[in-house]
Amino acid sequence: MKKSCRFLLLLLGLLHPVNDCAIAEEPQASVSTGASVERALAQLTSEDEAMREAALRTIIEQGDVNLIPRLDEIRANADRSIRQVIKPVMDLLKNRANLESPKNDVRRSAATDLGTSGKQVAVPWLERAAGKETNKWVRYTMEESAALLKLATDDPSTKLAAAEKLAELSSQNGVPALRELVKAGESPDATDVQQGLAKAAASAIERIETWAAWSNAIETIFRGISLSSILLIMSVGLAIVFGLMGVINMAHGELMMVGAYGTFVTQELFKTFLPAPMFDYYFAFAMPVAFLLAAGCGFLLEATVIRFLYGRPLETMLATWGVSLVLMQAARVYFGDLTAVVAPAWLSGGQQAMVGVYLPNNRLFVIALSVFCVLAIYAILFRSSLGLRVRAVTQNRNMSACLGIPTRRVDAYTFAFGSGLAGIAGWALTLIGNVEPGLGQNYIVDSFMVVVTGGVGKLAGTIVASLGIGGLNKLLEPSLGAVYGKVCILVLVILFLQWRPSGLFAIKGRHADS
Amino acid sequence: MTENHDIQPHAQRDVGLAFWVTGFVLLILMPLLNVIPPEDSWLHLSDFSLNRFGKFLAFAILAIGLDLIWGYTGILSLGQGVFFGLGAYCMGMHLMLTIGKESVYGSELPDFMVWNQVKELPFFWKPFYSFPLALFGAILVPTLFALVFGFLAFRSRIKGVYFAIITQALALVAWLVFNRNETNLGGTNGLTDFKQLLGFRLSEPGTQRALYVVTVLCLGGAYLLCRWIIRSRAGKVLIAVRDSEQRVVFSGYTPANYKLFVFVTAAALAGLAGMLYVPQVGIITPAQIGVLPSLEMVIWVAVGGRGTLAGAVLGAVSVNLGRSVLTNYFPELWPFILGGLFVAVVLLFPDGLIGILRNLKEQVRVRKPVVVAEGETLT
Repeated sequence: MKKSCRFLLLLLGLLHPVNDCAIAEEPQASVSTGASVERALAQLTSEDEAMREAALRTIIEQGDVNLIPRLDEIRANADRSIRQVIKPVMDLLKNRANLESPKNDVRRSAATDLGTSGKQVAVPWLERAAGKETNKWVRYTMEESAALLKLATDDPSTKLAAAEKLAELSSQNGVPALRELVKAGESPDATDVQQGLAKAAASAIERIETWAAWSNAIETIFRGISLSSILLIMSVGLAIVFGLMGVINMAHGELMMVGAYGTFVTQELFKTFLPAPMFDYYFAFAMPVAFLLAAGCGFLLEATVIRFLYGRPLETMLATWGVSLVLMQAARVYFGDLTAVVAPAWLSGGQQAMVGVYLPNNRLFVIALSVFCVLAIYAILFRSSLGLRVRAVTQNRNMSACLGIPTRRVDAYTFAFGSGLAGIAGWALTLIGNVEPGLGQNYIVDSFMVVVTGGVGKLAGTIVASLGIGGLNKLLEPSLGAVYGKVCILVLVILFLQWRPSGLFAIKGRHADS
Repeated sequence: MTENHDIQPHAQRDVGLAFWVTGFVLLILMPLLNVIPPEDSWLHLSDFSLNRFGKFLAFAILAIGLDLIWGYTGILSLGQGVFFGLGAYCMGMHLMLTIGKESVYGSELPDFMVWNQVKELPFFWKPFYSFPLALFGAILVPTLFALVFGFLAFRSRIKGVYFAIITQALALVAWLVFNRNETNLGGTNGLTDFKQLLGFRLSEPGTQRALYVVTVLCLGGAYLLCRWIIRSRAGKVLIAVRDSEQRVVFSGYTPANYKLFVFVTAAALAGLAGMLYVPQVGIITPAQIGVLPSLEMVIWVAVGGRGTLAGAVLGAVSVNLGRSVLTNYFPELWPFILGGLFVAVVLLFPDGLIGILRNLKEQVRVRKPVVVAEGETLT
């Protein structure tokens, strides 16, 4: 039993250098290990506890990352108590080396690790590293970690300064330690010094919490905008078609699903047929694929179903719902239930905007995409001949027909275009959720509401309505929960329609009926 | 029961022969076939079949109401499942409470409340100890709800696609709310495990037979009521609203009131259907009241033939029969068939089964004299 344990540990020891090879290449690493360090290494396994302590200290102060394999070797052969002492030392050395790593993430996580290690010896390392640091957020973490460590010292003035520093940094991680200080100050046998510290800590906590409230608010707004832009991309195609033909396409969600599956298939094709370095480009390539696939489906749908139901919007709703059922089940039978798209590297991760405010890249991308879509649609509607025709037919179909506009062809193209937009929405949604047959259903009722609230015929209505509904959704979610938030929004929409029955920006005219 | 296609706006004033024949078959013949022939006889109708048919007929009541609002008045409500659910839950709550200490945990409280550690019966459950109040509630709750919702919707002249979308959102929201545990309505699992109704065991075939008969009677009542509404002056206004609301307004009527009336009636019928559905099926869950079930209800009417009450009944029974047969043999195929039905009915058979039957009848009627008069020269 013991033998096998040792074998495992040896294996681990063998693995470690492999893990750390990135670090070993760094310029700072040197082959020379001083004589004192050599002696300390030898003393690590000594029976004398004091000697061992001293050896550890020497290793921490003078050693570097090159010692790790050797420490590992010692650890593998030592007994339990010594192994337990050596492990933190190894971590310290590794993190110390990692503070110099060229990668931001590695430096940052090393700083975080050191901050939670509770080893005072790391304070000068962190401060030195912070002085040299160029990346704002890595420097922030280093300073935060240093302050956290200082807060754990025995010296009251250092503690005070550390509390002040944590407040200045608005460090959420500092709050538990500060709370401890406050508690210590509240106990009946607290000294004056402790009470003073507690006061400082309390004010620091207050400053940190105020900031947290702000950053929370900012994040909520961001989430609202992000949801709004998803809704916007989804509803804008729906709204254009509704404005033009008076038709709500219930299969819009499934056209999104088609776009999402198009993205998935593109990914799989790239994975199978193209060399690995090309893989990250699949996502960009999938955009036209998703657009064209969904537009093609839309074109077919228009030509085979919707065309024959002209002027019967309710029947069109039912028929398109039937199509959506068929599409959904087809996807379920063909693809199965769970298929995920791996976001390309440049879209994973996120940006730190402020302390406590972290903006995921995929959400930022969706926001940018919605802005792009709106601009593109404006350009098409107001700067192209198709757009001119679309606007004319939207305003007055009969008059446009009289003036020689082929209204049916305009319908077909617009419907295909709107469907293509659904495809793009599906393409973007693969970044946020799984690709599944029910993908379209998740948001579709919300986007219908956007269209109804926004009113017909004006893009601005759709934009404002999706901002309003998406924003309200996220605003109400924390206090009411997602479900009651939705209930609230439905009630608000119904009340809103009392005031503006045909939506936000209805085209003004003298028609008594719609 | 399928030959009920005499109820057209231009049809005769009396209830036709088909009504009485259908009534006889449903009310007397089918229960008798269940009771009298021995079990191995080919004439025998099993308890299961009769019970299943009772469920379909409960759906037919809802379909009649939906036809009134969609087929006759031209308002597409995609939230009919909500009213059905409200009625069903009212009845379900009563049935839950009559379980008493027979429940798994032997508590006075329904089992799911024991799981959710609810200590005391929520206030809105208390009236449902009483059977008459539960019956009353199953109709009244959906009616009141429809009254408020319809008032707001029709007052602001929400119509057409807008109304359809708003009611669909209502169905979604109701589904979400009923799924929650803290509303104390059983969450996703709904209400189930009922034992008795008015002291009769629900597992007894006799009880189920009685429920079936009650359902048939209610269906007959609903049919006559709707028939009377359509033939009244108000019914004429409803059809006029469907055909041109604008002209109705210009003629001095207020369509909103008529629409509200018909919407509330349809909701009450949906509540009645839900109330009859629950004891027969023995379970009600949010899955039966969401967006998709509400849409399926519309397809019943469309398949049967919108704008004819008999069509609504025929559609509800045939689609559900088809569903229960097909999901048995080809579970994966059913969504394709349902979706195909949506498209096919709307595109190819706008008058539904009733329309097809009527066409056949016309053809027979036209061809016969022609053949007699001209011989085989004319084809």
